[in-house]
Amino acid sequence: MAREGGQQHRTGKRADEREEAAEAEAGSDVAERKDRLDEDVDAILDEIDDVLEENAEDFVRSFVQKGGQ
Amino acid sequence: MSVHRVMGTEVEYGISVQGQPTANPMLASTQVVNAWANAGARARRARWDFEEENPLRDARGFELGRDVADSTLLTDEDLGLANVILTNGARLYVDHAHPEYSTPECTGPRDVLVWDKAGEMVMRRAAALASAQPNTPPLLLYKNNVDNKGASYGAHENYLMERATPFGDIVAHLIPFFVTRQVMCGAGRVGRRQDGSESGFQISQRADYFEVEVGLETTLKRPLVNTRDEPHADPQKYRRLHVIIGDANLAEISTLLKLGTTALVLRMIEDRVLPGGLALERPVRELRDVSYDASLTHLLRLKDGREMTAVQVQWEYLEHARKHVERTLGSDVDAETAEVLQRWESVLTRLETDPMTCKDELDWVAKLALLESYRDRDGIDWDHPKLALIDLQYSDVRPDKGLYHRLVRLGRMQRLVDESEVEAAVTHPPGDTRAYFRGRCLAKYPEQVAAASWDSVIFDLPGRDSLQRVPTLEPLRGTREHVGALLDRCDTAEQLFEALTRR
Repeated sequence: MAREGGQQHRTGKRADEREEAAEAEAGSDVAERKDRLDEDVDAILDEIDDVLEENAEDFVRSFVQKGGQ
Repeated sequence: MSVHRVMGTEVEYGISVQGQPTANPMLASTQVVNAWANAGARARRARWDFEEENPLRDARGFELGRDVADSTLLTDEDLGLANVILTNGARLYVDHAHPEYSTPECTGPRDVLVWDKAGEMVMRRAAALASAQPNTPPLLLYKNNVDNKGASYGAHENYLMERATPFGDIVAHLIPFFVTRQVMCGAGRVGRRQDGSESGFQISQRADYFEVEVGLETTLKRPLVNTRDEPHADPQKYRRLHVIIGDANLAEISTLLKLGTTALVLRMIEDRVLPGGLALERPVRELRDVSYDASLTHLLRLKDGREMTAVQVQWEYLEHARKHVERTLGSDVDAETAEVLQRWESVLTRLETDPMTCKDELDWVAKLALLESYRDRDGIDWDHPKLALIDLQYSDVRPDKGLYHRLVRLGRMQRLVDESEVEAAVTHPPGDTRAYFRGRCLAKYPEQVAAASWDSVIFDLPGRDSLQRVPTLEPLRGTREHVGALLDRCDTAEQLFEALTRR
């Protein structure tokens, strides 16, 4: 089927791109990059922690809606 | 073929009164709508005109000529529910114990996105105004669809279609599309089954609430394809496809894809270029199975015996859309249609390889990424209340509290429109539909507009005993091009009405 051919082509292209990216990165240290990502996620969670409503269980339990459309 | 046609959204927001779980939601919703209406500080509040609202009316045909409506016909106030029309052409009202915002009629997905975002801004400000009243506890609004205790409320889409298209074709081609489009426009949900009694994540907020394939209902036994036939336009020429199966989206790319891809599929149905062959063995069941599988590997069983993933079903529609756009427009394709096709392909490609690469584009992926980060860091499972809170608070409309809005501020969500565009859309109508006439009349002649609706503006003019009704049955008339200069020229509603009726 034509569609499947096209799809393979696309997937193939994506895979090539990823390989190139991986090769370019191979020299530098991947571990350092992962640390950076982890710190990044931690920073997001810290910020979200600050705004989350207190007492999650009560808050969620008290959110009761009437049905709509 | 392009993504352009008359379309819009209508979203019911979740509402709660902080610290008062048993507060009356209709009262709270009314406070929100009234707070916004009163903030306009207009002496007169135009009411919703229910004249053409009755779906039974098209049995006896519409009168295109001018009606003279007596004020006793305006019975909407009897319901006691707040119901106002805004200067941007939108409708803000109380529906089924929720505040609801319907966008003005727009001509493409990008405009609907802008006016839908304007609705979020209206809701956020209205809730803040209502909460600032003396002795009023904070009113909280959520752009979501479930309370995880059994209740669901809608985020609907409307598309104007050609009446000549057989409804059976619409149903046949839309069902496989609707069952699978959630991979792009699901809003994500923590909890399974209608009452959330089973723990776990799912892609869609609404999947658990659909029980039949086709039907008229919207509040029980909800159908994948809704049959309400209330075009709010000339019923000989048009039908309004009322889509009730979507989730309320915050992510702009999810919204654009939801509206854009659906518009393309509808045009292919009207142009009769879809070959069929994607009919599903058990569509209602598959809707849920697709939603429950965030790995996107679930295989849907087709009536012809084939098995495909939801993403593969979407590829089929995309391939047909690409070909049809190429065939009909070639290199003359407009930018908006090209963008929808490009993003559709980009998202499907990545959903097939690594869905998490869509975490700054699609609601369900953004929500899942956040939830998984919490699960990793805190070592908690899906039944932990913190995860349910994150799901709920993702949709909080307040910029400081809403987690979607925090992700935007952290640069973690891609945006397609800028804030100034949305700000303008809070007060101004789109220029290319009848919403322009409605919105500008309300802005310019607030004292003389007694009521309005999708297909009318009703004036109360000095020296006339009865109200004067201007029908607006053609959605693409009453545009800036059509009446902009006239509205600029007429200082009073009387001058406008004289000019319109003299023609």
